[in-house]
Amino acid sequence: MPTDTDATAWRLTTSQPDPSTMEIAFSGRWCLDQQLPTPDDLASGLSGDISRLTFTTDLTAWDSAFLAYLSVMIKFCAGRGIEVEQEALPEGVRHLLAMAAAVPEQKIAGRGREHRGFLYRAGIASVEFFRGAPEMLRFLGEIIFSFGHLLTGRIHLRWRDLWWEVEEVGPRALLIVSVISFLVGLILAYLGADQLRMVGAQIFIADLVAIGMVREIGALMTGIIIAGRTGSAFAAKLGTMQVNEEIDAFKTLGISPIDFLVLPRIIALMLMVPLLTLYSGFVGMLAGLLISTTIFDIGLFEYYNETISALELKHFAVGLIKGSVYGAMVAYSGCLRGMQCGRSAEAVGEAATSAVVTSILLITISASILTILFYQLGI
Amino acid sequence: MEGAVPIEVRNLTMAYGEYVVQHDISFTVNRGEIFVIMGGNGCGKSTLMRSLIGLQRPAKGTVLYDGEDFWNVDETEHQRLKRRLGVMFQGGAMWSSLTLAENVALPLGEYTGLSSHLIDEIVSFKLALVGLAGFEDFYPAELSGGMRKRAGLARAMALDPDILIIDEPSSGLDPLTARHLDELILELRQNFGTTIVVISHELASILSICDDSVFLDAQTRTMIPTGNPKQALQSGDPRVRHFLTRGEA
Ligand SMILES: Nc1ncnc2c1ncn2[C@@H]1O[C@H](COP(=O)(O)OP(=O)(O)OP(=O)(O)O)[C@@H](O)[C@H]1O
Ligand SMILES: [Mg+2]
Repeated sequence: MPTDTDATAWRLTTSQPDPSTMEIAFSGRWCLDQQLPTPDDLASGLSGDISRLTFTTDLTAWDSAFLAYLSVMIKFCAGRGIEVEQEALPEGVRHLLAMAAAVPEQKIAGRGREHRGFLYRAGIASVEFFRGAPEMLRFLGEIIFSFGHLLTGRIHLRWRDLWWEVEEVGPRALLIVSVISFLVGLILAYLGADQLRMVGAQIFIADLVAIGMVREIGALMTGIIIAGRTGSAFAAKLGTMQVNEEIDAFKTLGISPIDFLVLPRIIALMLMVPLLTLYSGFVGMLAGLLISTTIFDIGLFEYYNETISALELKHFAVGLIKGSVYGAMVAYSGCLRGMQCGRSAEAVGEAATSAVVTSILLITISASILTILFYQLGI
Repeated sequence: MEGAVPIEVRNLTMAYGEYVVQHDISFTVNRGEIFVIMGGNGCGKSTLMRSLIGLQRPAKGTVLYDGEDFWNVDETEHQRLKRRLGVMFQGGAMWSSLTLAENVALPLGEYTGLSSHLIDEIVSFKLALVGLAGFEDFYPAELSGGMRKRAGLARAMALDPDILIIDEPSSGLDPLTARHLDELILELRQNFGTTIVVISHELASILSICDDSVFLDAQTRTMIPTGNPKQALQSGDPRVRHFLTRGEA
């Protein structure tokens, strides 16, 4: 036995004591912290007439790396009908190899990841979106049902959740709503100034900004901000509850998670988004006033009076209705995606993203429908 | 560092803010020993584990690995000591965006220079050891709770750590699988001289693997040294016997 070799290196030699037998001699150190050879080289040498594999060992240290190396060889031999004699391996090695083989490998059909092209995946995504439609309707139905329960006094609203959400959507969203509304008001004023100057009617900037903000844009901007801020948060919160089996726990107790979790959130948004819409309208008009009086030389009172005469009550009503509908859409999308969430951290991320996308889609669709409707009704 | 014990805990006090979970915990774990931490639910076993593995600084006291003060060495040394530990969390804590194979392969890819084929083989081998051969391409969310736990053990063993710290390996496992894991733990100690700390309250499992133990008492919020549980069961502290006999003694 060689004792003068470097104890920190691995060594591997092969020999053929007779034409049908291959003998592998392992010596030195076979551990994870070394650059071990890949077993494939040796396995490919096991061809031709060889029908038996034997080992000799003189190891200073071994660990899983050695076991893995051996198990590649053993699997390879099993596939080729080569007999493997393990007797010369250290006892611990044989034990561990036996333990790993104790529970047979599960052959699960249809596993393994598929790699498909971009178009295929895009197609599947669209198909799944529409496949989701019945589920979306069912969820809507459950919510309406739950509203019915609330109105008939069969369930009690969770005030604590409601207040929590009201606070989250209201005061904490004020700053971002202010900034965006102000800037949008400013853009509207500039847009109007440019066009109206051509007909010498710059004073109508006031009408454009007032009606635009109060009727349409205030609600739209607020809806989109709330979709990004709150819709995604709803989805993430409910999604995490889904991951922790909290939703299942509700269901097994016979408590409807819709009553308990979804309803307070929908009500909170239906109440708060209209208020934010109003606020957004005022901030937008303030921006219009500021720009018109300082940049476009319109008198303060002139602008004020024009605004007052332009703003009829119906515009406020339209804005408030839209705000409420958008709020409901955001809450619906957020809760829907949260409740549909899978059981992993990744699924929670997807739920949050998908909540925002669905919210914006539903806001846009309902905005179009409402605009046409109000036009037809002459409001 | 020859001669120093692999794990020594001195006068450890663990707290969440003002709330002291356990105080004055002291014990040593010798090389190749299987050491069990016992105690009722909520007595602070997992919290103790968090202090042992570097997740939560103890309020007082020291944790020494081979004589080195784990919480007061510089950052590189702290990292090096951490790398010697293999940890299995109570719930498995498998990374949900990776498959089982990727979960186990990640530490191997980070810390060894082995070829990817050999890494794949080590991964399959570790999964086979915990009875999960063939589940390489599954995501943790697609496994049962007990399977996830075993996968957690496979990941903890990935780098053949000197010290293995396992939070409740056998709770939630069927009796045969639990016994298989006990055998695996004994086999690891036998072949690799691994020092193993097990948090457990499964009596059968404790009796078959444990060399030395402590009991964390929830009432007094401190530990009772229990030694070998077979003896503790005969002649130990009455509170421990009460616990180990399910309140019958
Ligand atoms: N993040 C935390 N903040 C505050 N207190 C905590 C926190 N985590 C745990 N605790 C408290 O610390 C105590 C010990 O908890 P720990 O998780 O360590 O218990 P355990 O012994 O592992 O219990 P089990 O057998 O149920 O796993 C409990 O009383 C718990 O309430
Ligand atoms: Mg615990």
